Amino acid sequence: MPPVVKKGVRIDDSFAEAFPMSGTGLVITAPTRKWALTAAQTMTGFATSVIGCGCEAGIDHEISPKDTPDGRPGVRILLFAMSSKDAEKQLVNRLGQCVLTCPGTAVFSTVAGEFEIKVGDAVRQFGDKWQMSKVIDGRRYWRVPVMDGEFLCEAKVGLTKKSVGGGNLLVMGADWESTMRATEAGVEAVKAVKDAIAPFPGGIVRSGSKVGSKYKGMGASTNDAYCPTLIGVAESALDPDIGCVLEIVIDGLTDAAVREAMRAALKAIVQLGPKTGAKRVGAGNYGGKLGPFHYHLKDLLP
Amino acid sequence: MKPFLFTLRKEPDQRLDLSALTGDRLAGRALKDIEAIEIGTTKASVKVGDVFKLRAGEVTSVRYEGGSERFDGVGAKLLPGFDIHVDGDVGAQLGRLAKGGVITVNGDAGPYAASQNEGALIEIGGDCGDFLAGPLAGELTGMSGGRVIVRGAAGARAGDRLRRGVIVIEGDAGEDLGSRIIAGTVIALGAAAGRVGFLNKRGSIVLGQPCELGPTYVDCGAHELAYARLLARSLKDESRRAARLLSVKLRRFGGDTAVLGKGEILTPA
Repeated sequence: MPPVVKKGVRIDDSFAEAFPMSGTGLVITAPTRKWALTAAQTMTGFATSVIGCGCEAGIDHEISPKDTPDGRPGVRILLFAMSSKDAEKQLVNRLGQCVLTCPGTAVFSTVAGEFEIKVGDAVRQFGDKWQMSKVIDGRRYWRVPVMDGEFLCEAKVGLTKKSVGGGNLLVMGADWESTMRATEAGVEAVKAVKDAIAPFPGGIVRSGSKVGSKYKGMGASTNDAYCPTLIGVAESALDPDIGCVLEIVIDGLTDAAVREAMRAALKAIVQLGPKTGAKRVGAGNYGGKLGPFHYHLKDLLP
Repeated sequence: MKPFLFTLRKEPDQRLDLSALTGDRLAGRALKDIEAIEIGTTKASVKVGDVFKLRAGEVTSVRYEGGSERFDGVGAKLLPGFDIHVDGDVGAQLGRLAKGGVITVNGDAGPYAASQNEGALIEIGGDCGDFLAGPLAGELTGMSGGRVIVRGAAGARAGDRLRRGVIVIEGDAGEDLGSRIIAGTVIALGAAAGRVGFLNKRGSIVLGQPCELGPTYVDCGAHELAYARLLARSLKDESRRAARLLSVKLRRFGGDTAVLGKGEILTPA
C-alpha cells in the first residue's frame, strides 16, 4: 500500500508497539529554578532505557512557584520501570543520591496512582533520629536536617501500573541536519504534552535496535534495516533519498498521554515539511504480538 | 440545604450535655424523640424540648441559634461529613473526640475545646478556655489530628500534649502554651506567656511575637523552612495571618532539652 503523504512527508502505514509499565513521579522544588532543574536533571540522568538503566525517566515539565505545594520553583519528573518493585527501588535510590544531596530541594508526590510507594519513609533514616514528621492535609512529610537546612520529603508517592512505555516515531530525512531539525521539533512537541516524557538523550535515540543478534547471548542489536550506511548491503527498509534516521521514544503515565504525545510530535514533524525536515516518518514494532498498545500513524495524522 | 435547627428558648438553668445532638445520632429519629432526649446534668431533668425549639432539616448540618457557656460537649465524637454551627457561646469540651467534620462557633468556648480532637476542623470565633485541644485528667495524649482555629485569645496550656494536627490562636495565648506537646504544630499570633513549650518532645510551636523562652531552649539560628511554606499554603484559607507568619524567615529554638529535645519554637527572624 502506498504511504500517505502529508505536506510532502511520507507517513508509513505502520504502528508503534508499546508495553505496560509502572509509572511514578515527583515534584522537586528548590529556592531557585536552577537548583530545581539541577536536581531533576541529575535524578533522571542515566535513565534512557530499562534494559541497562533499570528505569526510564525524564522531566515532564517545569512548574511555576504559584502552582507548587511550597510556593517555590518546581520541576515534575516521571519515572517508568517494568515492575512496581523496580520503580520503587530506582526512585528511592535516585532520590537518596540525587535529590537529597542537591541543595535546597524538597520533594512532593505528583502521580495519583492505584498504589503508593515509600520514599520519604525510606530516606528519613538519613536524619539519624533527628528527622521530624508532619502531617499536613492528610499527607505525611518528613523534615530531615541537612547541612543547608532541611530536606522536606513526602512520605509516600503515587504509582500507577497503567503507564505505557515504548511509543515511538522513526524520523527519516535526507541528512543528519534536516532529520535532526525535524526530530527536535517533534521532541519539543512531546515536551508540551503533560504526563509524557522522551527519556533518551535530548529526547532522541539514534541507535534503534532489532530483536536478536548474530552474536550468542545478545538480545538486541542494531536495526540494520534502518542504517543508511547499509542501504543496498543489508536488507534495507530505507528509500534512496533517506540518509539519516532518528527515533523519538515516548513513555507516558497513560495510554492517552502517549497517544497525544505521538500525535503532537507527528504534527510538528509534518509541519516542517520535507525540504527543511523529514522526508518520511515510520514507527517501530515487533509485528504487534508483543505489546498490547498499538499506535497506528494513520490514526495520529494531523 | 436546610440545616437542622436548635433555637434556644431561654438560658438553661443548669449545665447541659449536648454530646447526643450530632447529625449521626439524630439521623432517622422523629422530632418528638429528639425533644425527649435527656440533656441535663443534675438531678433536675432537662429535655431537649425544654431548652430548644426544633426545626427539622438535613441532619448532616446542625445549627444552634443562640448559645450559652453552659452548652457542654457540643459536637463530641462528630463524624466526617457532618457539620455543626453555633450562633453564640459554648461551654466545655466542644468537639471532644471528634473524628472529622466541621464545627464553627461564633462566640466563645469554654475549657477543653477540641479536647482529643481526631480530625475535625474546629473554628472558634471568640476566645476559648484553658486546655485547648488538651487531654482530660489522666489521659496521655491531647489532640491527634484535625485543625483548630481560635480567632480570639486562648486560656492556659493550649495544645497540652498535642499529638498531631494544627492549632492556630490568632489572639494571645495564656500561660504555658504547648505544654507537654508530643508532636504537631501550635501557632500563636498574639503574645505568649509563662513556660512556652514546657516539656516539648517533638512538636512545633510558632510564635508571632517573640517572648522569653526557658533556658532549656537553644537558639538554632534563622532559616527558610520548606515545611513552614507548605503549611502556610495549607493554612491560607483558614488563617491568612498565620499563613503570612509562616512565609517569613523563622528563627528556630530547639527544645525542650529537659526532655527529648527534638521539638522547636519558631519566631520571625
